[in-house]
Amino acid sequence: MKKFTELKGIVAPMDRANVDTDMIIPKQFLKSIKRSGFGQNLFDELRYMDEGEADTSCEGRPLNKDFVLNQARYQGASILIARQNFGCGSSREHAPWALDDFGFRCVIAPSFADIFFNNCFKNGLLPIVLSEEVIDQLFIETFETEGYEINVDLSAQTITTASGEKITFDVEKFRKHCLLNGLDEIGVTLESEADIKVYEAKRRVQAPWLFDAIKAQ
Amino acid sequence: MTGKTLYDKLWDAHLVKEREDGSSIIYIDRQLLHEVTSPQAFEGLRLANRKPWRIDANLATPDHNVPTTDRTGGVEAIVDRVSRIQVQTLDDNCDEFGVLEFKMQDERQGIVHVVGPEQGATLPGMTVVCGDSHTSTHGAFGALAHGIGTSEVEHVLATQTLIQKKMKNMLVRVNGSVSEFITGKDIVLAIIGVIGTAGGTGYAIEFGGQAIQDLSMEGRMTVCNMAIEAGARAGMIAVDQTTVDYVQGRTFAPKGEQWDLAVENWADLHSDADADFDKIIDIDGTSIEPQVTWGTSPEMVVPIGDLIPDPTQEEDPVKRESIERALVYMGLAAGMSVKDIKLDSVFIGSCTNSRIEDIRAAAQVVKGKKIASSIEQAMVVPGSGLIKTQAESEGLDKIFIDAGIEWREPGCSMCLAMNADRLAPGKHCAATSNRNFEGRQGFGGRTHLVSPAMAAAAAIAGHFVDIRTVEIADSKQA
Repeated sequence: MKKFTELKGIVAPMDRANVDTDMIIPKQFLKSIKRSGFGQNLFDELRYMDEGEADTSCEGRPLNKDFVLNQARYQGASILIARQNFGCGSSREHAPWALDDFGFRCVIAPSFADIFFNNCFKNGLLPIVLSEEVIDQLFIETFETEGYEINVDLSAQTITTASGEKITFDVEKFRKHCLLNGLDEIGVTLESEADIKVYEAKRRVQAPWLFDAIKAQ
Repeated sequence: MTGKTLYDKLWDAHLVKEREDGSSIIYIDRQLLHEVTSPQAFEGLRLANRKPWRIDANLATPDHNVPTTDRTGGVEAIVDRVSRIQVQTLDDNCDEFGVLEFKMQDERQGIVHVVGPEQGATLPGMTVVCGDSHTSTHGAFGALAHGIGTSEVEHVLATQTLIQKKMKNMLVRVNGSVSEFITGKDIVLAIIGVIGTAGGTGYAIEFGGQAIQDLSMEGRMTVCNMAIEAGARAGMIAVDQTTVDYVQGRTFAPKGEQWDLAVENWADLHSDADADFDKIIDIDGTSIEPQVTWGTSPEMVVPIGDLIPDPTQEEDPVKRESIERALVYMGLAAGMSVKDIKLDSVFIGSCTNSRIEDIRAAAQVVKGKKIASSIEQAMVVPGSGLIKTQAESEGLDKIFIDAGIEWREPGCSMCLAMNADRLAPGKHCAATSNRNFEGRQGFGGRTHLVSPAMAAAAAIAGHFVDIRTVEIADSKQA
């Protein structure tokens, strides 16, 4: 997995609540069997005026000029600020894949849907929860200043705004450790292989039916 | 000592190890796989040269991309090239790794969340995961079940575990019995209307109370299925005789002495009387009416007799803007009656409502009637091939066909429109599925979530009607 240590980048605002995963990456693009290439279809229905097709280039498609990510001032943005319940809906990891492929490395919102939040950490994407008041202020500053940038330091768990203000944020210890070091979580879990085997042996005695094989009958 | 909740018990029984950093390793008993969220997981195993931990803990079936029309040509005949590759990839991966898969032309194929319980692959007391958010469905069996992303699908394949942090406990109690024609769907939509689409975020929700206990397993699955629409990854219901009766005799359910031992063990799968919940929500079941969503989030729901809300009455600016945006997308006006929404399409199916009981309820409503001339398309998509066969043996397919409703092959279909079944832009659809997000059923499509009986009644009338006022054929002859 990609490491996340420190990031200084342009902030783009997604000023609506309950942005769902169908909105982040519509279903037709989930047909890919790859992990990459989803960036061109991020927020497809908001970004383009026509209906997007899977496995097709987006060159020449009519753009929705009002949509934030199409505006010149937000080009190159790597931090997305959003409203409550960002990423609600499905478990599709294609949502963080699309955000990452587009160039986002960090999403800041007052709340996230659980599965999306979890999926971000598996892909080197840092989701940060801040209070509504702090987010409101970030929206104001982003709208006011063209090219508005902030600095996110995962190690120190701080965000430094353009005016030099420091905002602290929480992150679970294990997740922080994996992101900072770009760790493969499966590898980390397999360090506990012996514990899993001990559990299984005990459980096989207590509830043997749970280990009946799913096989052709 | 305080008692344990059902979630606490399931968590404790599956805890392999608590790590110093506060995260826990949780053992996973069952994984269900489908074609959309598994290819990158299998590829990950291959690239890292890892062997699956316990491959016979997995069961697979293609559902999202499969056509619901004639399948005699097999996978090669799927017209959409990318869909075809994805279904073929699942077949290839299952063959290569040795996962039992009910392939597209197998009678046991269907929607994963219908197939798991139907086969007895979902059992009380299990941890069940799948790369699909509606995995919460399986919580109806007193199981800890939730959706995961593709990286976690790979993690489960490789380690049979997940790294988790314990969620908080919420109890949603639906007190009293619901009135006639009120279904699990109406109950769960009413709950989401109360707690909101993020009300359950961070929680595992246990559904309890008389109205929940009264439900069949089909109804309970509908309720747990939509826990995720209230923000909760996992929804669950205590095990009782209804659960045990449903599971007994199914293909992968324990048999003989094992069965007796299992049933004895499952008797503890309920919250203790003195269990401590972080949050308790009480809902009066007796006052729940048939529900209809009018907007673009499942929380935008009203009882059939109500009017579409007026954003100017909403004080919270973020919510006000959401209502305004939803009204524009849905092409509806504040203050209009939901009964006046003109419908173009009806979809009866999905992991929420495609089980035999749902199909029977819809058939009973349309029996001997014809769909309204204004309805351009109406379809019933059974949840599995076995349900399709069962319904046909009861003559239900003929009832639908005679009414002008299409009878399809099993799959996810127009719930999310990954296959060819799509709602056209601007069209209003009465759907028994679970999400009314923008574009969910098709680019520009407008979804209204309802119960199967309400969808069927809407197909006949061409608009929403209160199912309690509809004349219904004698159930014995349905």
